[in-house]
Formats: sequence, C-alpha cells, structure tokens
Amino acid sequence: MPTMNMLQAINNALDIAMGEDDKVLCFGEDVGSFGGVFRATSHLQEKYGRARCFNTPLVEQGIIGFANGLAAQGSVPVAEIQFADYIFPAFDQIVNETAKFRYRSGDLFNVGGLTIRAPYGGGISGGLYHSQSPEAYFAHTPGLKIVVPRDPYQAKGLLLAAIRDPDPVLFFEPKRLYRAAVGEVPEEDYQLPIGEAEVIREGSDVTLVGWGAQMEVIERAVELAEKDGISCEVIDLRSLLPWDQETVAESVLKTGRLVITHEAPRTGGFAGEIAAAIQERCFLYLESPIARVTGLDTPFPLTLEKEYLPDHLKIVEAIRDSVNF
Amino acid sequence: MTTTADIHEPTFLAGDEFSIPTFRLLQQDGTLFEGATAPELDQAQALAIYRAMVATRVLDERMLAAQRQGRLSFYMQCTGEEASVVGATAALDDADMIMAQYREQGALIYRGFTFDEFMNQLFGNELDYGKGRQMPIHYGSRKLHYMTISSPLATQIPQATGYAYGQKLAGDGQCTAVFFGEGAASEGDFHAALNMAAVHEVPVIFFCRNNGYAISTPSIEQFAADGVAPRAFGYRMHVIRVDGNDILAVHTATREARRIAVEHNQPVLIEAMSYRLAAHSSSDDPSGYRSKKEEEAWREKDPILRMQCWLNEQGWWSEDEEKALQESLRREVLETMKRAEKRPPPPLDSLVTDVYADVTPELQRQLDALKRHVRRYPEAYPKGARALDPDVQADDTAAKGEK
Repeated sequence: MPTMNMLQAINNALDIAMGEDDKVLCFGEDVGSFGGVFRATSHLQEKYGRARCFNTPLVEQGIIGFANGLAAQGSVPVAEIQFADYIFPAFDQIVNETAKFRYRSGDLFNVGGLTIRAPYGGGISGGLYHSQSPEAYFAHTPGLKIVVPRDPYQAKGLLLAAIRDPDPVLFFEPKRLYRAAVGEVPEEDYQLPIGEAEVIREGSDVTLVGWGAQMEVIERAVELAEKDGISCEVIDLRSLLPWDQETVAESVLKTGRLVITHEAPRTGGFAGEIAAAIQERCFLYLESPIARVTGLDTPFPLTLEKEYLPDHLKIVEAIRDSVNF
Repeated sequence: MTTTADIHEPTFLAGDEFSIPTFRLLQQDGTLFEGATAPELDQAQALAIYRAMVATRVLDERMLAAQRQGRLSFYMQCTGEEASVVGATAALDDADMIMAQYREQGALIYRGFTFDEFMNQLFGNELDYGKGRQMPIHYGSRKLHYMTISSPLATQIPQATGYAYGQKLAGDGQCTAVFFGEGAASEGDFHAALNMAAVHEVPVIFFCRNNGYAISTPSIEQFAADGVAPRAFGYRMHVIRVDGNDILAVHTATREARRIAVEHNQPVLIEAMSYRLAAHSSSDDPSGYRSKKEEEAWREKDPILRMQCWLNEQGWWSEDEEKALQESLRREVLETMKRAEKRPPPPLDSLVTDVYADVTPELQRQLDALKRHVRRYPEAYPKGARALDPDVQADDTAAKGEK
C-alpha cells in the first residue's frame, strides 16, 4: 500500500472522481495549472483539461453561486475555497441557497452534487485569517453536511464519499496536517461513511470527542492520561452534520464522563451542541460535568497561538478534572 | 487582457461619453417606428405571447384581491412588465433554463404552467410542487425548465452562470436566461456572475428589469451611472438596452442575444426599461414614495395595450376576441383558486423530507416528537393535525358529516 500525505490523498481522490465521471469539475482560485496554493489539485488540469479543472476570478460568493448552478444542472462540482477563513463572502450562497435548494423546491431541484473543499484550522502561524475553524457556523444550517478528516486515509475515503453523496458537503481539510500527516492509503477506490463517528480507541473511564487535526492532539493527551492509569475512549466524530449521537451516547453511557475539544472558540462552538445532546440522553449516567476544551472566545491570535490552542496539556488536565470530580 | 496603451497626461475617464440608446420598434398606437422591422412572429406565436401577457395581468389582479380578502398571505404583481418577461421568454427555446427573481410569472404562463399549478403554490396545498414550504409566488417547474424562486436577491445570477457553464459542457445547444431587477443588480452576486460568465465564455443571458424602483428606492439612489447597461463594458460583454414595454423590441433583442449566447458561447446583458405599475408587493403602498402623476404617465405606456394595438393593426385580433379572452381567463382563475383553497395542506411528514436526500435519524426523532405533541393538542395545530396521518384525516371527514 502506498504512503501518502494528506494532500496527495486528496489529489488522488479528486483524480479518481474525475477519472470515473466526466461530470466532476474542480475549480477555485489558483486551482488550475498551478494546482492550488497547497497543490491539492496538482496535474488535474493537465490530465482532464481546462474545461474541467480551472481557475475562477477571485470571488468566493461567485465560486459558490457558480457551483450551485452547476450542481443544479447535474454536474458534480468540487469547489475550493482557498482558506476556510475566506468562506464567509459565500455564506449567503451556502446557507440560503446550497442548504435549502432541495427543500424549498420540494425536490424538483437539488445541488446534491456539490462538494466545497476548504483548508481550515490553526497551528501554522496563520493569525486571524489563515487559522479559523468555521464549522459551527455551518452546523446551524439544516441541509448541509459537514465532514472533517483527520489523516490521509480518511481524507481520501471521506472526500470520495462527499463527492458522491446525494447532498451538498462542506469538506474542511486540516491544513496543519496537509504534509505533516503521512500514512498508508490504498491506491484503489474506497469510501468512508458520512454521518458515522469512529471509535479509534476503546476505554472505560472517560470519553474524548474531537475531529480533524484535534484528533492528533487528543492522542497525545490520552497517552499522558493512560500513564496516570486513566482509561480513555477516543471518538473521531468525522461528520459534524449530521453527527453520530448514537456512538457518542453509547460511549458516555459506558464511561460516564465526556471531554469534547475543538480549536474554534468556545461560545457557540460545536462542543456546546454535543454537550447538550449528551446531557439530555445520558443524564443519569454522567459522573462529572461535561468538559469543553476549546479555543478562547477571541479572534485567532498570531504570537500567542500556542497559548490559545487547546493543546494536549489542556486536554489532559480536563481529563484528570473529569475523573477526579 | 488589460490594455497597455500609454498616455502621458493624467487623463481620467468617467464613462460619460457613452450614452446607451434604447432599442424600440413599436409605438404606443400599435404602429412601427419609421425604419423599424418587426421580428418574424407568426399569428399563432404572437397570440400566444399576447394571451400569456393578459393571463398574467388577470392572475395578478385577482390574486392581489384575494390577498386583500385575507385568503392569501402574500402576493407580488408583474403589472407593467409583462412584455419584458413574456417577450423574452418567447424568444428562448422551451428547454432553455430560466432563473427568475420573483416577478416573472409571465414566463411560466407562456411556457404552459397552469392556473392550477400557480394556485397550488400560492395556497401551499398538498399539490404544491414546493410542498407548501415557501411563501407565495416562489414558483418552480422542472418540466418547464424554470428554476424554483428564492427570496434572497441576486443569488440566482451566479447560479445561472454556473448552470449555463454546465450546458456548454453538455453541448446540447441550450442556454440560461436569468431575470433580476435593477435593485438586485447592486448585490455583489451580480458582479460575480457577469465577470465569471465573461471570463469563462458562458451561454447566459442576463436580463435586467429596470422598473425604476427597488421597493421604495428610486433608481437614482440605486446607481449613479446610466442604468445597469454600461456595466457590461467593464466585463467586456455584449449589451443592449431595450424598451421593456415594447414586446417586439424585447423579443427581437432576446432572440439575437440567444443567438450570441448559444452560437458563440458569449454572455449577453439586456436592460429592459420599464415601470413597476403595481406596488412592490401586497405588503407595500407606493403612494408614500412616488406620485400618481408618474404612475399615470406610465399607465399610458401599458405594454399590453401597445401589443393589442399592434395585433389589431395586423388584423389578428378583435374586440370580441378580447372580451371573450378576458372573461374566460377570469372565470378560470376564479375556479382554480376555489379548487386550490379547499385542498388540504401537505402531510406533516413533509416537514422533514428533502432537507437531505434521506431523512436523518435526528430529524426522524424530531418529527416523531412533533407528532406526539400534535396528537395531544390537535385543535392548536389544525393544519398539522389534519395532515398527520390517515386516522386523523378520517376523523376530520367524519366531523364534516361526509362519512
């Protein structure tokens, strides 16, 4: 099995999708012959032509509006927003249009073919506008699916699933891991399920929930906690919308404790949704308050990035507090 | 391709040297301007266009009245702009996609959307294609290639560019026509759409209905330039301004625009100058922001009367036929309205379908909880209880003594 980094895995997924279906199109800013500022679309224009892989003018609302129209027509657009921080000009197209297309038309029309890829997350000295994790804004929008992979294997399997999914999918890629995460990725076509969490480590004392780049941070925290004799169950949510309540609830019914972590600010973050739902479903089984380890309620800072981020030490502290409550 | 010609004096240009003329063929008395040539329209198509315009007017008048009577929650009229919308639609191929704003019901009528179909949407009943989810006048028809309307202004414009790009790749010789008002053209999506269409050489017709007002805002507060048309130069796009009350001019211009779009994969902008004779919507009263005198002046330019005069000139139409048409349309509108009003609402389950292709487990849980609640308080939720399930409907029928 070949070894790939996350960008290669994404590129490979796009290549497979375009090779199999000539309705699949990739476009965005600098996506064409340059192959994207992160090189996720390398060589795709060469291979599939300018009509199917191309640069757009620099206008995010146009990229997504164009993509909505294409998807409604029956094409399968994979639109790239260069940084998730710059998705907001397209917020109206995504929230009012993409998300509501099928519902408002009574299923006469849909944009299910649409996938929106966007690099997200901090840890690269990106300051305010190259670090954001905007998933919670979109998780408040019925009609969207939101998927975040944690490694190259997931990136390929989930991206292929997203492209073929009958609903529009926001695919947030942890750019900190683009080259840092390397792993074995099957060459052949495969898909991972959307809407299903994955229990990646079984444990009995506390449940940890995260997604994307934060899974690596959780792993480091868990190693420390296990040294203290704390048995951690780790769940990668993978999809935030719809999210897999069953798997998380089942785990918390067993462990009685829950720590949720994300890079995005705490207030209105998706951890709040998970905490509320699990509190409703597992009330009598909770042994301690559900803990959220998140970014601060500030814009994402440059110099004090390390202090800002919910790192492994903050998570292990939350685990200890939860177990010792 | 940015030009690189040099000048050596600081010379600023404001575009004032361009004055965009208005293309006109038909005078209000039904005769052509000197030197004007009518488009090739045979009697059958000319009458089909005329019928669609009159039907739009009749539908609008009756449904505004229905809104005033409290039978309908909301309505928007196309009055004054029938020639723009129907004339353009008649110049398209029936399989071309139309993406409209919300004042283009004439396009649907021309393509054969029935009064029953209009009414089902307006009353949001069980037969509404949109399943009663959207406000009145948010029509859509897949079979008539008419994209479902949404309220956010201008969002359909870049979508039209994308749709037409897909049509170009498909190579079926179709294009997309997208309608919007001069107010919507101030949205950022307008710029995005036109620029992308020009750069990617997309077969799309941007059809701007410049009717002078965006709700209460006159166009002088909407833009400082000579309307919307000059913007096309900034995108290197073909553009024409046309008298929107002149059915022959609109039809000719759109036909030519379609030829440019489909044969050359080039976008075209059409600015149709017209006037919104009615209020913005049933929630609006224009007497607060414009004069009766102004309205009267435009009423004299009524596009339907102008076409009627032309048809009379051709010997294709008579007063008797006019009377019969008006009467039959009024009767049909009234009958279909009564039918649609009586139809039950969509089933309660339709609340959670089509959010996604499949109902998610969480949505199913929410629906189940709602059903339990509605069963407990059926009087408080009459529409939901009536549409809950067959048992409840049976009880409802029994209550009316129909069993």
